[in-house]
Amino acid sequence: MTRAGLRHGAGSILLALLAACASKPPATVILLPGQDGTTGAVVVSDGESRTVLDTPYATARASGGQSIERRTASEQEVKKDFGTTLASLPPRPSKYTLYFLLGTDQFTDETQKQVRQVLVEVAERPAAEVVVIGHTDRVGTELRNDQLSLQRAQRVKTLLIPLGIPENRIVTAGRGEREPVVPTADNVDEAKNRRVEINVR
Amino acid sequence: MKRLSVTLLAFVAMLMAPVASADDIGQVKVTSGAVHIQRGAERLPALVGTRVRVSDTVVTGDDGSVGITFTDNTLLSAGPRSTLVLEQYAFNSTTHDGKFNARLDRGSLAVVSGKIAKQAPDAMVIKTPSSLLGVRGTEFLVKVEGAE
Repeated sequence: MTRAGLRHGAGSILLALLAACASKPPATVILLPGQDGTTGAVVVSDGESRTVLDTPYATARASGGQSIERRTASEQEVKKDFGTTLASLPPRPSKYTLYFLLGTDQFTDETQKQVRQVLVEVAERPAAEVVVIGHTDRVGTELRNDQLSLQRAQRVKTLLIPLGIPENRIVTAGRGEREPVVPTADNVDEAKNRRVEINVR
Repeated sequence: MKRLSVTLLAFVAMLMAPVASADDIGQVKVTSGAVHIQRGAERLPALVGTRVRVSDTVVTGDDGSVGITFTDNTLLSAGPRSTLVLEQYAFNSTTHDGKFNARLDRGSLAVVSGKIAKQAPDAMVIKTPSSLLGVRGTEFLVKVEGAE
């Protein structure tokens, strides 16, 4: 290929790329304030440039080829354009923490109340699932604590089934010592960290 | 006798419940209007309780919308005239490591990110025809123009 031909070839490719970009439908992203009071962040990139949305209602529109447009959306706009979509968001998962009478697998009185609330939620939520997550303190090895936390979760599962929660609606997980309520140094005995968490979703 | 029939009913209901599989990554919790899930050549109705898998495409009609809760507690809903492909998903419930890639070809989404995005920035990515969205948490909306 001659040099002119090469230049021509590169030009056609560029044109084809631009045409491909221009034919892509633009997309708008709006960051929402989180329900827990904090606002997260979304990084928007279009291959050439990028922008970070990290304030409530920060909005970016990428149309391919042109630079990303930034603005702040209004709550009314969100309601108008995303009302139906937002109305279909599943209910937020709820969280319970269960404690046991010392050295037993008997729930404390407070925990018994929570378990009753779990049963109510399971009956009310669409296609309810119960996630039982075991946690340990930092006594022992990580591997041992992974096993122990899963055993705790599985034990709670066997306590929930006779209360009327179908077995196929319960999943278990063991987080080991990764998620302490009270952060401690390694090998510290901490009762508050030896717990089982239940998510109903 | 009455007790027996109740037990029997419960048993039948259990048999009819969708069978859980390790491949399941989430469940439909809300559905309205025309919504289906395309799984290869199979076209499944999206009902409350329907379980979704990697590579499923979620499609909503003119009056359709759907809400799905994923195993990492990510909540996601798609509005009318949407096509959403669940391209990649992995979640380790012990370490919370994972990957969540979804592609919105048309329509709109609302997302409340879950444990995957919390564990590692950029572990969750939403693609649109003209952009890539790296999710660092937590609640956001996406709309692809042109489906009105």
